[in-house]
Parts: sequence; structure tokens; C-alpha cells
Amino acid sequence: MSEALARPLKVLGTRTYLWTAATVLLLVLPFYLDRFWLQAGLFAMAAALGAIGINLLTGATGQLSMGHAFFLAVGAYGYCVFAADGPGGLTGLGLPTWLAAVLAVLVAGIAGGLFSPISGRLSGAYLGIATLALVFIGQHVMFNAHDLTGGANGRDVPPLNLFGLTFDDRELLVAAVPFGSAEKLWYAGLLALVAGALFARGVLRGRPGRAMNAIRDHRIAAGVIGVPVARYRAAVFVLSSMYAGLAGVLLALVFQRTVPDYFGITLSLEYLAMIVIGGLGSVSGAVAGAVFVSLLPQLLTRYSDALPLVSAPGTGGIAPGEASRYLYGAAVVLVVLFLPGGLARVTARRRTRTLTEER
Amino acid sequence: MSTFAEILLNGVSLGSVYALIALGFVVIFRATEVVNFAHASLLLAGGYVTASLHDDLGFWPALLVGIAGAALVGAAVEFLVMRRYRGSDHSVLAIVTIGVDILLTTDLTRRIGTDVLTLGDPWGDAVLTLGPISLAHTRIAAFVAAALLITAFLLVFRYTSWGVAMRAAAESAETAALMGVRLGRVSLGAWAVAGGLAAVAALFLTVFPTPGLERATSLAALKAFPAAILGGLDSTTGALVGGLLVGVTESLATGYQSDLTFLGRGLGDLAPYLVMIAILLVRPAGLFGTKELARV
Repeated sequence: MSEALARPLKVLGTRTYLWTAATVLLLVLPFYLDRFWLQAGLFAMAAALGAIGINLLTGATGQLSMGHAFFLAVGAYGYCVFAADGPGGLTGLGLPTWLAAVLAVLVAGIAGGLFSPISGRLSGAYLGIATLALVFIGQHVMFNAHDLTGGANGRDVPPLNLFGLTFDDRELLVAAVPFGSAEKLWYAGLLALVAGALFARGVLRGRPGRAMNAIRDHRIAAGVIGVPVARYRAAVFVLSSMYAGLAGVLLALVFQRTVPDYFGITLSLEYLAMIVIGGLGSVSGAVAGAVFVSLLPQLLTRYSDALPLVSAPGTGGIAPGEASRYLYGAAVVLVVLFLPGGLARVTARRRTRTLTEER
Repeated sequence: MSTFAEILLNGVSLGSVYALIALGFVVIFRATEVVNFAHASLLLAGGYVTASLHDDLGFWPALLVGIAGAALVGAAVEFLVMRRYRGSDHSVLAIVTIGVDILLTTDLTRRIGTDVLTLGDPWGDAVLTLGPISLAHTRIAAFVAAALLITAFLLVFRYTSWGVAMRAAAESAETAALMGVRLGRVSLGAWAVAGGLAAVAALFLTVFPTPGLERATSLAALKAFPAAILGGLDSTTGALVGGLLVGVTESLATGYQSDLTFLGRGLGDLAPYLVMIAILLVRPAGLFGTKELARV
């Protein structure tokens, strides 16, 4: 509180400039970047949404979840089922795509709610391993419920259609730049991310956030103060699932095809890595970690020729995907040991340091 | 009936292997209160060492080196990573083990690649027939080895000073330290033992009828997590019961797969998790786990 009051106006000013610059940059990027980078950026946005969700749960409330991949899958497949109009004998309801996206997020939330008898009562490793079950159940359903999911081959994702604008590859010229699906989705993804981030920030800074942190830091004390612990745990689990669902929808739209192999245990671990690297319990941490973990393999793939030790897949060396897993695995360990608070804390610490020096 | 007996016996044998893995998991948790999510990768490490050495050394020496190797990896993780953490939040340490797991699994799966490695065990695909029941030698060996190791471990845990030190540390780390128990040594020992047990389990997870050591072996090892949880994380009895329960359920679900086709293929791999969820719904602390009590 006192820090906020004492913050000099000048610092606020620079922050505003930085934010404006970042916004402008993000808005004009589709005019300059090629498809590869746009897709990489879209992956990062989807990952950021999912990471915000799991950070609310694991970072802010202290509830370890290894089942995030399951809810991503529910979002991705839910969207396909609601939006598709039954190609190749697969179930499809043929709803308007915006409605399908909303429903997919809701279904992910409902799936999270169904798990509440467990998510409300368990914590720590018990919950972590119980949610591990979700990933395996999810994979089983994805491989076997052929009518819904298309089995091992997955199913095509119908393009999003908003206000008469279809987010597919039919080119649309905007200021002499051809706008394909990636360019159009960029803005939809950015909008979803900003909305999601602001909402999560509101949750964290308001009354629910205090309650969540209290549950994380001292469950019994929180209960004594009057926080309904089980209900909060279950509710945060639902909210986190909905974020994952939204991330799943966005991922499906970017991939244009959903396959069950993607939504495995590795994906869940990746999301945990993101929030640890970025910083537990904050929105900016989730976003920073998501950008780091999801852009790393893309960067390594793109520049695999120029980097030592890394080589293209199948040539015997360390493939870019593996190299990035080495890097973020090591990053998780190093961040916890030497940089508690993650990437987000580094900038925050610098800011408080300059403040104290000015004082 | 004979198929049922066969399935049951196979399940018990498989379950005893899961119990070995779960036991190591529980030992680490009791000694250090850390949940070791890197356990599957310790198992993979032990299996890989055995698989890559058995051609040169012969099976038994290779197995010993594998056990020692996995114990060493476990001890190294404790010494290089766990011990360096200065905070007090054990859930953060659990996340560190996830990081370690990502590192180790990536490295081992990269080395294994798409190969299926054999561990050069002496039992091969021989089958013992007793009346209407036939059992693979490997399954019998698995059960005997697991039973011996678990008994030995429980005896050590009960009667040696190391076991007493570990139980004291589990009861109250601070008091134990004041009584002269060297906590660092206890936790180093726990990690090494867990690694060794995992390496033995790796052998029996990869012998006949499974094809051999491959990438997916770590997924099979993951089933020891539900075993440990449904038994109760802080209970060695729980680990044994949980392991057996998971093994038998998996075996039954696989054995009667043809009658359960409406639930989809590959139900056996899912069964452990379903059992775990069912038990957690009724007993959130597992079957034998201590209910969390708190005094305010």
C-alpha cells in the first residue's frame, strides 16, 4: 500500500510508455512477420492463457495440478464437436463457431466442476497425482471415443467465424498485406489474452485473491478467518479449467487439427514449468513463462543450423524439441534454487530497488 | 476359472513390482517430506544402465551396476539439487523434482530413441505349467525378488540404526536432528535406496511378456504413483497394498478386455487411475495414510 502511494509519478510514466509501445508493437506485428513467427506467437498466446489458469490454481492457491492437458483437450475437442457439422461421420452439432467456442470453455469448466469432490478436498501431491489420472482418462477417451474425437488421427478444426469474418486462409488484403488465418487469429488471440489476463489480475488483486493466497499460505488460518476452503479450492479449479479450455480452443484454431498425442503428460509438465520459470502466483509470471517455454523450441528449430549441439530432427544430434526440454527442465531447477519468484520477480525486484534508492 | 487364477497370479506379480517402486517413493516422502515426481526417470536410468551393459558384463553384474547406477543418480539428485534448496516449502521441492524428471527423461528417451532394449535376463519366455495354470518364469521371479527385497527392506527399516534414524526423521525432523540423527545422510540414503529399488523394478517391468525397455516404460512406471497415493503416501504398508491393488486391477482389466470392449481398448493402463480416484473419493488420505490432523 505504502509503496503504491510513494511511487513517484515519473516511474508510472515510463511504465505507461512501455505498455503503449508494447501494445502498438503487438498490433502491427502481423503486418511484418511471416507465418512461422505469427504461429509461434499464437502458440505463446494460447500457452499464456493456459498458464494464467494453472497459475491461479497452483501458484496462487497452492493446489498442484498435473491434469491441465486434459482441460486443454476438452476445450479443443469441445470446440470441434460443437462447431463442426459432422464431416466423415464424426459427431458435430454445427453451431455458430463463436457459440461453440463459448460452450467449449463452459464444458471445460463443467469438467473441472465434476472433479470438485476431489479438487476441493485434496491438496499437494495427492491432488497432483489424482489430476494425473485425468490426463490418462482423457487420452483413453480421445483414442477410443472415435465418433467424438476421430480417434488417433484426430479431427479437423472448423475455422472461427466472427461477425461475418471467417478466420481461414482465404486471403484478405489489409493495407496491401495479405491476411491469412494466422494474421486474423493474431488479433482474436491478443484480445482473448488481454481479457483473460485482466480478469485474472482482478481476481488475484481482489477479495478472492487474498482468500486464495491465505489458503496457500495457511489453510487452517484461512478457514478460521472464514474462508470456505473447500469451496474456494473447487471454484479455483473450475476457473483454471476454463482458462485451459479457452487456451485449448485457441490452440485448436491455430493447429487447424487436433490430435490426442499432443495432450499428454508432457504438456501438463510443460505448463507447470512455465509458471515456475515465470513466477508462481502472478499473471505476468504466467505470461513470461509461457512465452519462454513455448517460443524456445520454435527458436531452436528455426536456428538449428546456426546453433552448436542442436541439429535438425533425425540427424542424430540433439533435436530442437529435446534441446528445449533440456533447457526448460534445467531452468525449472535453477529458478527454484537461485531465483525464487521466477522471471517476474526479477523485474519487480529491480523496480523496488530503484524505488528505495530514490527514497 | 483357471484363466481367472492366472490373471490373479500375474496381477499379484505385477503388483509386487509396483509395490517396489511405490516403496521407494514412500521412503523418500517419509524421510524428507518431498514428493519425488522424478521417480519414473530413476527407474528408466537403472533399466538403461542394465540394458547397455549386459552384453559386455553378463546379466547379473550388469544388474548390480544398474542398481548401483540408479542409486547413484538418486543420491546425486539429492546432493546436487534437493540439498541446495534453502526454503521450507515442500510443494516447491516437488516441482523441482518435476524439473529433474523433465531433464532425466529427455536425456534417457533421447538415448533410447525408438529402440526396444532387452535387459538380457536369464528367464527368457519360459513358462511354468502347473495343472491348468501356466505362468511365465519372469512373473515368478518378479514376485520372489520383490517379496525378498521388501521383506529385507522392512527388516532393515525396523531393526538397524539407519532404519531407526529414518523413522525418527519422519516422525519429527527437528527432534531427530537434536538427538544426533544426521538428516542429510538419512535423506541421501533414502534417495539411494529408492533409486536401487526402482532399478530392480525396471528389470521386471521390461522382461517377458513386455517387449523390453522403451520410451513407454516410464509411463508404466508412473502407475506406481496411484499405488503410493491410494495406499497413503506416508505408509509403507500402504505402498505394498496399493501396489498389489493396482497390479491386480490392471491385470484383471487387461485379462477381461474382450468382455469390456464397450469401454474401449487399453483399459488396463487406465485401471490403476480409476481405482485411485474411487478410493480417494472415499478416503482422501488413502487407505493407510495418516489423516491430516492439526492443532490450532
